[in-house]
Amino acid sequence: MSAEKKTITLNMGPQHPSTHGVLRVKLELDGERVVTAEPIIGYLHTGIEKTMESMLYYKVIPATDRIDYLAPMSNNLGYCLAVEKLMDIEVPEKVKWARVCLVELTRVASHLVWLGTHSIDLGAMSMLMYAFRERELIIDLYEACGGQRMMTSYIRIGGLASDLPADFEKKVRNIIKTIREKMKDYDKLLTENPIFIMRTKGVAVISAEEAINYSLSGPMLRGSGVDYDVRKANPYSGYENFDFDVPLGKNGDAYDRYLIRMEEMRQSLNIAEQAIDGMPEGPYRAHVPGVVLPPKEDVLYKMESMIFHFKIITDGFDAPVGSVYQAIESPKGELGFYITGDGTNIPRRVRVRPPSFVNLGSLPVLTEGKLLADVVCAIGSIDIVLGEVDR
Amino acid sequence: MRTELSKFLKSKFAGQLTEQELFRDQQSFVVKPDAIVSVCEALLNDENLEVKFLADITCVDWLGHEQEKQGRFEVVYNLYSYKHSYRFFLKVRLDGENLSVGTLTGLWKGANWLEREVFDLFGIKFEGHPNLTKIVTPDELEGHPLRKDFPLTWEQPVFSWNKDDPPEVRNER
Repeated sequence: MSAEKKTITLNMGPQHPSTHGVLRVKLELDGERVVTAEPIIGYLHTGIEKTMESMLYYKVIPATDRIDYLAPMSNNLGYCLAVEKLMDIEVPEKVKWARVCLVELTRVASHLVWLGTHSIDLGAMSMLMYAFRERELIIDLYEACGGQRMMTSYIRIGGLASDLPADFEKKVRNIIKTIREKMKDYDKLLTENPIFIMRTKGVAVISAEEAINYSLSGPMLRGSGVDYDVRKANPYSGYENFDFDVPLGKNGDAYDRYLIRMEEMRQSLNIAEQAIDGMPEGPYRAHVPGVVLPPKEDVLYKMESMIFHFKIITDGFDAPVGSVYQAIESPKGELGFYITGDGTNIPRRVRVRPPSFVNLGSLPVLTEGKLLADVVCAIGSIDIVLGEVDR
Repeated sequence: MRTELSKFLKSKFAGQLTEQELFRDQQSFVVKPDAIVSVCEALLNDENLEVKFLADITCVDWLGHEQEKQGRFEVVYNLYSYKHSYRFFLKVRLDGENLSVGTLTGLWKGANWLEREVFDLFGIKFEGHPNLTKIVTPDELEGHPLRKDFPLTWEQPVFSWNKDDPPEVRNER
């Protein structure tokens, strides 16, 4: 290093525990102050959009699980809603309510991972164990529904993969009760904790104007006080039937985003409870011959269902020429699927609007002029999943 | 909002607006490539419409489809107005050798990464972008993977297991 150069360059990552995967941040440091922080991404790029554009509409669903692997149900829902919009399918009421229940529990599971990793970054070691312990309950519910613990593929085009398990209600009620109880412990551990407050208050601040200018969404945007939640603004999957609040922050710092995510978990538990209370009876899949797979029970006993099953699995269905966009409020922010059909059975374009990717773009402004240790806090409070950032 | 928006664009940008679409209740406008920045600026600054949120920028490659006649690449701008809870799309069709369109980084800083991604995966150039470099693909990779003429299974970075027998370029779909 030459004597005139005042700043030093430091590489953080790609293998660094606090970067939540394979994020690399190129830091330009003046002493302990950050001059610029440039995120370098792409280490996990798998070309998942290209893969999706080479498969039948049905076969894309397992690929969506792998985008944001901490919230598989949200991705399934976003994709399936977009295809349902493209094919103009109306799903039964029960499907809508079951989807809302599962997606809200997914939000809790995703926020629990965020809570554990964010607090371990800031030195609260035991939080990670507690958060993963409660997340396990939700993962068990996934297993009971879809047979898989992480890559569920449970939400399908026009319905669900199978009917809800017999003890679904009991399991969900147990999850809601347990996590509500444990949330009090988390509050005691972190919300009033002076060390946690010192590490997060006034750190990684972004103003409302800048948050909008950087196209942020989700808790990152609401932390700065902008009232935009896709569930309220453009309800999908029957969210207009549910009663919930959208928490807003004031200062746009990491502590506000922490409070918002904690409140979102409580609200999600409320929504899941409302969904389980009012769950209507009915079929678990829409009846649209030739597009939606018939229920498995029918395939074994009815000839027409078997023929449609075979035809859809082998040939798929032809989508009209046109593009649709469906946004959902995923745990990270606005997750959108832009799907272009071209008259064949393979999508011309499947674009994932990744909330983590767009939110991560604001890292330079969050950390400019701050201390090196605050970069860790900023990355944690954006809540990134590198599978979604790089795709 | 739907009628207001089309009225606004028709009155101010009559010459630049080439087509209007309504598919599945979603409104999109096709504008000429050189007009996109001024259209976005007018939408952003209009007090009545308040189109403040640039949700996404993406691109569709129509190679081999009859839509290709109107332009092979379709750059799609996904815009949203918080005030009206209304989403619509602006599309720009590009063709030929000169695949370039003006950048929106002057209006939205969020456009920076979104445009870099489109540049990386489709090879569309955004004129005036402050740092138009690759973002997700490896530096050694040539070509733009999401183009339809980029073969699906082809792995250009040669790995240790296939260095003696690199895969051939196959043109499928």
